[in-house]
Amino acid sequence: MSYLEVLKLAAPEGIVVLTALAVLGIDLTSVRGLDTRLRFVIGGMVACVGCAAAIAWMLAMPEHANAMTGMLVVDPLTQLVKVALLALTIFTVLISIESNFTTHVGEYLTMILLATLGMMFMVSAEDILMIFVALEMTSLSLYILTAFNKRNIKSAEAALKYFLFGGMSAAFLLFGLSLIYGLSGSTNLGEIATALKGNGLDPLLVVAIVMTVIGFGFKVAAVPFHLWAPDAYEGAPTPSAAFIASGSKVASFFLFAKVLMIGFHGQEVEGSAAWLDFASGWVPTMAIVAGMSMVLGNLAAIVQGNVKRLLAYSAVAHAGYALLGLTANSDQGAAALIYYVITYGLTTVGAFGAVAVVEQATGDAQLTSFAGLSRRAPVVSLCMMVFMLSLAGIPPLAGFFGKFYVFVAAVAAAKNLGLLWLVILAIAMSAVSLFYYLQVLKRIYIADAPAGAPSIVVPRVTQVTLAVVALGVFLLGCFPGWLVGWIERAMALVPH
Amino acid sequence: MLAWTIYISFLGVLVLLLLPKGNAAAARKVAMLSALAGLLVALAGFVQFKAGEIVTVAKLPWVPSLGLEYHLAADGISLTLVLLTGLAAVGGILFSWNLEHRAQEFFAFYLALIGGVYGVFLSFDLFLLFVFYEIAIVPKYFIIAIWGSTRKEYGAMKLALFSFIGSAMVLVGLIAAYVVSGAHTFNVLELAKYPFPHDFQMWAFPLVFVGFAILAGMWPFHTWAPTGHVAAPTAASMLLAGVVMKLGAYGCLRVAMTVFPQGLENWSFGVMGLHSWRDVIALLAVIGIVYGALVALVQKDFKFVIGYSSVSHMGFVLLGLVTLNTIGLSGAVLQMFSHGIIAGLLFAVVGRMVYERTHTRELSVLEGLNLVRAMPFAAVTFVIAGCASMGLPGFSGFVAELQVLIGAWQAYPTFAVIAGVGIIIGVAYTLRAMQKAFFGEAHKPLTPVLSPSAGGRKSPSSDEPHHAMDAISVPERLGAVILIGVSLLIGLYPRLLLDVVVPSFDSPLFDWLRKGGPQ
Repeated sequence: MSYLEVLKLAAPEGIVVLTALAVLGIDLTSVRGLDTRLRFVIGGMVACVGCAAAIAWMLAMPEHANAMTGMLVVDPLTQLVKVALLALTIFTVLISIESNFTTHVGEYLTMILLATLGMMFMVSAEDILMIFVALEMTSLSLYILTAFNKRNIKSAEAALKYFLFGGMSAAFLLFGLSLIYGLSGSTNLGEIATALKGNGLDPLLVVAIVMTVIGFGFKVAAVPFHLWAPDAYEGAPTPSAAFIASGSKVASFFLFAKVLMIGFHGQEVEGSAAWLDFASGWVPTMAIVAGMSMVLGNLAAIVQGNVKRLLAYSAVAHAGYALLGLTANSDQGAAALIYYVITYGLTTVGAFGAVAVVEQATGDAQLTSFAGLSRRAPVVSLCMMVFMLSLAGIPPLAGFFGKFYVFVAAVAAAKNLGLLWLVILAIAMSAVSLFYYLQVLKRIYIADAPAGAPSIVVPRVTQVTLAVVALGVFLLGCFPGWLVGWIERAMALVPH
Repeated sequence: MLAWTIYISFLGVLVLLLLPKGNAAAARKVAMLSALAGLLVALAGFVQFKAGEIVTVAKLPWVPSLGLEYHLAADGISLTLVLLTGLAAVGGILFSWNLEHRAQEFFAFYLALIGGVYGVFLSFDLFLLFVFYEIAIVPKYFIIAIWGSTRKEYGAMKLALFSFIGSAMVLVGLIAAYVVSGAHTFNVLELAKYPFPHDFQMWAFPLVFVGFAILAGMWPFHTWAPTGHVAAPTAASMLLAGVVMKLGAYGCLRVAMTVFPQGLENWSFGVMGLHSWRDVIALLAVIGIVYGALVALVQKDFKFVIGYSSVSHMGFVLLGLVTLNTIGLSGAVLQMFSHGIIAGLLFAVVGRMVYERTHTRELSVLEGLNLVRAMPFAAVTFVIAGCASMGLPGFSGFVAELQVLIGAWQAYPTFAVIAGVGIIIGVAYTLRAMQKAFFGEAHKPLTPVLSPSAGGRKSPSSDEPHHAMDAISVPERLGAVILIGVSLLIGLYPRLLLDVVVPSFDSPLFDWLRKGGPQ
């Protein structure tokens, strides 16, 4: 395959690169003297146009190819996930336009786009070298995004914690991946699976699986690799936190699913987590990780006083629910996982957008700062209600259908309702989560604003963005067939 | 056409959200229009209904890959409850006519709740039913927490969490049923026909039944009900006790008993004289009847009396459900309707007529106010409502409870006797509350006001009720007359409802009842 063909396959990524360079170039040269907000608007518009162009390219020219045995896999499923990633990037850029934590506009937007680029390569990778490179590209961009608020020491602390944790996890991941290479003699996921077949559950393979789970578990903030999440989410500038919580989760979960389901395919390596039918492998490992994430995430979120930390722990819990889809280890499970993380990403971007509004108006994101928001910023409050209820799993919102889909996939996966125990735990924890989401809504709708609180002027761009995202969450919940159908059609076209 | 009850409610929500803020008058008019339209549609559907059939209102594929359908249909039972919802909705708005504080949001949440409830009663796809069931949870939380009174935030959260836990239990059962049947559908008609394994039904039935029964106020999961009813504003209490508790009972019948009928069969062992889940439920129902009545007898707060009486009356519904004969089951459905109307009326008197004027619900304080002189209309309404609640012949409660008792006598004679005792205790607590609240000795009598005003209200002042109060306004009178009228109508001519309800037990949905089911 010639490089020109590879370039054509990687055209969407190329568009994103060009957009990143354009944003940087424009900001460094022509608009330098202007006011920060105007620079943000211009840079943001260029970024959005670029991402939209990449989406349009992918929708107009669907490809189906596998370049260099897994280095760049382009098929309908990866294109779907990339479209979702680019959409999330667009929304992140839109909610960052009104922010005031930095004057380095061009650099900030470029880092977001470069992180998106890394994620797009992550999604397309089926070769462990490419996986690692893309993962690192994303992670490094995200560390920098976390540290961007130079005036706030918490931002630096968050970034350092994120970086140290991330570095360690990357080391574990690399070690695990190299063990896999050693055991199988290949870097392509499909070939690895073929090579590992028939050898049973080698102790070295167990080490490799655990190390891989550690590496990816960090990225998706699953217990017990989640300790970076609350501090990173709290300290990072809110648009960065939004991006970490949404886009990187989508890409990481997708990649995690690919590595486990394609790379570690095979009955002996998978094992089983069915009740009274446990067998060693990565499936019961993921079941335990999922269970612990759900329990710890939800219980810890109850006592949080800062909404960003609350969203961080709820992200841990949602990672648990999503991993349920992964534990199911079936086509339906994978489809459910993808639906869940896409809708979760959308909801999270919106939630962080609303938090950004409150943060700018009141100075912090404590629960008490949300008091009386429904009278001071009614549109933002209504959007926040949609997001919180979607995260809690209340119909007819997308979060409810995502959970339902994951639960059905999990119960249908193992014979004799094997994974029902995990689903019961998930549903119980979901009921617990309603409590703390209602706490946020209680502050917004029921508590009264402190006396003398100034009215909040919400910029038009933010209002429209939040309204569009909320509407999207609502429509995806009322008419889930659209996205579910798209995912299932894409999966049918992908050989596995 | 019946689906318009749902759509009109949600359209009402949309219109209310777009109204300019602060315009309470416009808000209540929009809400009333929506509720009235829903009631008229329900009535039209009821009148056109041919007994014994199942009318399909809408059937569209929703998520084909999972077999989920947007399937709305109605049989006699659904229609009765839809009619109840319409009446309760209109009644609630009439009794909230004077609400000014954040009126637009109140009526928006109210209509969303009504829409969700209509949806539950009309859904024949169990996933859709579950969706509507959960849609109804959130508005309740906000209505109670914003416009409620005693311990409103605690009451609201308790209610929301209990309801959610109940629905979580139901979800587990539904997903398990969906996967085990492999039928790739949630259509209740299909799932009712599927022969689920006996062992599966033995655990799935109690799970789903208890999940719904939590919302129906079955003892001992009823504790959310008195707290929630007392904390809620009047219209919400009317809806909660009147309609929302019936959602639970309807779910028990439509989902648990229809899909997992073998769960009612005898176990291979006995525990303290109980040989099946059916026995357990009957016992809990009877305990609920007597416990609710006894606790109501000693309450100091007027609204708590009514709250506990709701628990007691719902016990009759649950007892009727497990009699598993037509007369008991139709009695249960009739009791759902009757109690919905009567509970609405009782909460209206206690909340709107008495509490908003006297600012107290303490029976000992009300005793000294001689309310029968100050607000004779309220006193008369409460006497009539109390008689209906006690089961006086002529009102709907008598017909319903009689049928339940006859049905229970055939299945559980001892429990029928105990339930009868519960009725007698019911007389006791109703008369006690009536006497204390309205007919007490006048220590600090209130001056009566002669002519009804147009429904305005004074701003709440201190607790000494020595000044004159507003007379009972026109909307309140209208609401009371409507609700009393319906209870009287059904009490005197129950065939209006029974002709629709009883034949529905002949439909294929109730094959399990006839197929050598446990008797």
